[in-house]
Amino acid sequence: MDIKRVKDYIYWLYFQYLLITCSYVLEPWEQSMFHTITVTVFAMVVYTAYVFVPIHVRLAFEFFSQMFGGQPDSAV
Amino acid sequence: INHVVHNGGLYKRPFNEAFEETPMLVAVLTYVGYGVLTLFGYLRDFMRQWKIEKCQNATEREEQKDFVPLYQDFENFYNRNLYMRIRDSWNRPICSVPGAKVDMMERVSHDYNWTFTYTGKVIKDIINMGSYNYLGFAQKAGTCQEAAAKVLSQYGAGVCSTRQEMGNLDKHEELEKLVARFLGVESAMAYGMGFATNSMNIPALVGKGCLILSDELNHASLVLGARLSGATIRIFKHNNMQSLEKLLKDAIVHGQPRTRRPWKKILILVEGIYSMEGSIVRLPEVIALKKKYKSYLYLDEAHSIGALGPSGRGVVEYFGLNPEDVDIMMGTFTKSFGAAGGYIGGKKELIDYLRTYSHSAVYATSMSPPVVEQIITSMKCIMGEDGTTVGKARVQQLAENTRYFRRRLKEMGFIIYGNEDSPVVPLMLYMPAKIGAFGREMLKRNIGVVVVGFPATPIIESRARFCLSAAHTKEMLDTALKEINEVGDLLQLKYSRHRLVPLLDRPFDETTYEETED
Repeated sequence: MDIKRVKDYIYWLYFQYLLITCSYVLEPWEQSMFHTITVTVFAMVVYTAYVFVPIHVRLAFEFFSQMFGGQPDSAV
Repeated sequence: INHVVHNGGLYKRPFNEAFEETPMLVAVLTYVGYGVLTLFGYLRDFMRQWKIEKCQNATEREEQKDFVPLYQDFENFYNRNLYMRIRDSWNRPICSVPGAKVDMMERVSHDYNWTFTYTGKVIKDIINMGSYNYLGFAQKAGTCQEAAAKVLSQYGAGVCSTRQEMGNLDKHEELEKLVARFLGVESAMAYGMGFATNSMNIPALVGKGCLILSDELNHASLVLGARLSGATIRIFKHNNMQSLEKLLKDAIVHGQPRTRRPWKKILILVEGIYSMEGSIVRLPEVIALKKKYKSYLYLDEAHSIGALGPSGRGVVEYFGLNPEDVDIMMGTFTKSFGAAGGYIGGKKELIDYLRTYSHSAVYATSMSPPVVEQIITSMKCIMGEDGTTVGKARVQQLAENTRYFRRRLKEMGFIIYGNEDSPVVPLMLYMPAKIGAFGREMLKRNIGVVVVGFPATPIIESRARFCLSAAHTKEMLDTALKEINEVGDLLQLKYSRHRLVPLLDRPFDETTYEETED
């Protein structure tokens, strides 16, 4: 029963995605094209985030900690 | 935000009108949806142009390809690429009387709504939430139908002439006296078509050198009549009395644009109930302004006659005003009386003038006798002159249905526009895919609704419009509400951020609007 509820919920989420992006009214081949483009763009965003965001966060953390934490060191 | 207006003692009852603002996220997503559809529209147009795909819509012929293009504007683009995809929610053929329940012929499309074929099956007993059947007089059995059948056997169906020539039957005279008595005016005149009443009579009343102040959301018939008349037209914001007063002041102070002469006539065009918003005109304030600035008022009661007021006499009775204050009272017989046609009521000199000078009286065929008899019988029923209390019961049932339906929908969390007492209930959908989805899902659950999209409404504010009827019983409304709730959850339509606390055991009164939780 739980599997069915999870599957229904996932189908409902997919239906909401179809409604919001208006691919509900498109013909099947247009829907496939739109899904391909969307999935490609989303995959690229996820990959870019995975590759770049940790490095940028670490650098930003080091920059700010240098600015604030570095002063007591140099004063002493 | 609901606001209760008590404006200097002009209103004898609270005026509760609300137009909740579009939530920002919903507006952004609606634009995203339209953006996607526009891109795909350009793609399909490109493919049709380069003959990759068969072109099924109307185009110019080969010889005319070098002429000024006919089908390149936005209206045609919208029609080809957006309207066609969800076209199966409109023009649905019905095959029974459009009462509280209706039968519909099933149709399928194999090429994405470019052509339809009938499967031959008839879907029976669909709850009809789309017909303008406010008092339930669209019936195939009953006193109205018997009277109309008798008159049909006596007079036939055709009149074969205009009112001025040989088409003035004694039935028409009887109808006009009855309409004048119903409205409380001196005299009235009836026409065969409601749209033609507006568009053909406004040119007879105003001309060049006159000023027309028309509401932003007026019906196409009023707009057409105003444009045909040749008068100067100025638009005031919907139901906004400050805007109207500013325009009136400017008109009186500055006069006509170039010559600065005073305007010959100033005519204010308003409607009783605006069918796309469900709002009621602020009539006491309009009449006060009219008297102060000495202008004329044309009130189009197409949807409000029979539907508002304790005895169904329209928006003038709803506010408790004097019918003689409204110079021209126009209305239609299509909505509450179950017939067809329109009327204009007013002073005797006005109506006598219109009998001679109105285009509709001179050139249009007069009303068909069975239709006239249907109006006479239904009007007598509403007034109580047929000896029963059926009419009064229907008017009260409609008011109860209206209040109940609107309150339940608001409690469920939908965004509903308009006044609390109007039987027209617009439910906001916003996103274009939900327009088609809502129509189809409701039809699957055996409820027929009317969904409205772009040219009739602003582009992001598409809606589903429910028209309540006195013929709907509480069980039908409960079934409909249950299905609307389901579809609302399925399609995520419950956008409202003001949650009304459901009433526990207190009777319904106006102070409950203070109990909102955001």
